[in-house]
Amino acid sequence: MTDPQLRRTPLTAVHERLGASLTGFAGWLMPLRYGSETAEHNAVRTAAGLFDLSHMGELAVTGPDAGAALDYALVGQPSALAPGRARYTMICAPDGGILDDLIVYRLSGEEFLVVANASNTAVVFDALEERISLNAKVADQTGDYALIALQGPNAAGILAPVTDADLAAVKYYASYPATVAGRPILLARTGYTGEDGFELFTRPQDAEPIWDALTAAGAGHGLVPAGLSARDTLRLEAGMPLYGNELGPDLTPFDAGLGRVVKLDKPGDFVGREALARRAEAAPRRELVGLAGRSRRVPRHGYEVLWDGTASGQVTSGAPSPTLGKPIAMAYVEPRVARAARQEQADGEQNRLAVDVRGSAEAADLVPLPFYRRPA
Amino acid sequence: MTVPDELHYTREHEWVAIDRATASVGITDHAQGALGDVVYVSAPAAGSKVTAGEPCGEVESTKSVSDIYSPVDGEVAEVNPEIEDNPGLVNTDPYGAGWLFKVTLPQPDGALPAGLLSAAEYEELISDKA
Repeated sequence: MTDPQLRRTPLTAVHERLGASLTGFAGWLMPLRYGSETAEHNAVRTAAGLFDLSHMGELAVTGPDAGAALDYALVGQPSALAPGRARYTMICAPDGGILDDLIVYRLSGEEFLVVANASNTAVVFDALEERISLNAKVADQTGDYALIALQGPNAAGILAPVTDADLAAVKYYASYPATVAGRPILLARTGYTGEDGFELFTRPQDAEPIWDALTAAGAGHGLVPAGLSARDTLRLEAGMPLYGNELGPDLTPFDAGLGRVVKLDKPGDFVGREALARRAEAAPRRELVGLAGRSRRVPRHGYEVLWDGTASGQVTSGAPSPTLGKPIAMAYVEPRVARAARQEQADGEQNRLAVDVRGSAEAADLVPLPFYRRPA
Repeated sequence: MTVPDELHYTREHEWVAIDRATASVGITDHAQGALGDVVYVSAPAAGSKVTAGEPCGEVESTKSVSDIYSPVDGEVAEVNPEIEDNPGLVNTDPYGAGWLFKVTLPQPDGALPAGLLSAAEYEELISDKA
């Protein structure tokens, strides 16, 4: 049936009982969808969705010098985080290429949790081990955690009755030790959908009771389980980059329009500093832009962007947008093309921007990122 | 996943129902399940020629795009008029309201093209792959 080499999460049996379509993803057997991925996507935008993200890598960095060690290993400055706060950051190679994008949680003075993409957990672990030589150590704790995300406008209303945490006090990009259904969790107000929501780091044996408690609490609130397929269209609408698509070893954070994560002004050296400092000064080689298709044919990862019929860039992610009702894509294009396309649109001229969709040039419009922003 | 007995199938997951000189074509329940929500179907235009085993259109879903392979030789007589506005019919009723196009065969009740599978053979194909 499925590849027995694939790693199961503490919730795989739950997904099987729910009749999910399961798929291999970065070595894990994960739910792709439970029914209609469009319905799951829409539920997250209008009500709430429940995701199993236990494939994500959890790397604990601990010790008296953990903060300083991470300042050297990553492009951000985790030592400046207050305990209980979290930050989006990246780990780069010496040449500035992105090895992974990460969320770093500071759990206490000497304890950090680095959350990596499943496909990069081993790479990040190896890099951290190599780079952390001070009075600190790194441990791969991926198997010690299940990770459940509850995302959507109804997330707080669903979670409130089953947790001891005061959700009004849980700020965006903050984490707190709490309980759900009487079981200990690390509760974080983070996500990858463009909606308000929470991520719950649980012990593996608590994952199923917590999933069940949330499912029960969400019954009157439109909560549905949601798979990786909906997660991908949600993050794309929210303009969030995905490693392997918008981010990769041949790109720097500056290429991705995320130069702000590189803290060139932090004290001390860090891996990639020299290359990234040069890159920060240089004119951009390409620009990450949003595209909206005019036809119903969908620009997809790897398709060429055309300007006046000439290849001028490449689509990194594309999908039919359930919220906007048309195809959307992110793409790297030559900066002169982005400028010219903006000028053309400002002038209301004929559109010379298109995507080569399997041999036919499908007209596209340049649109600002993100494609979707949740109502304030 | 249902596999109706009375239909024939391609290895590329189309079904075909032949009634005298007309062949109706769609994609199978297994195919729609693997594709996910269908958002757009590009069917061959009425009047165009199709050739058995060759791509003649596309099905776009949330995650991917797949070619449609014609199960038969002939001329496209009709394209499902509902599919343009409601491509989700391919998901909800792949063997019924989600049919894609009809082909006029060169001769009524002629021999089936070689390579089409019976329901039992198709079920075996998808059970190997599942």
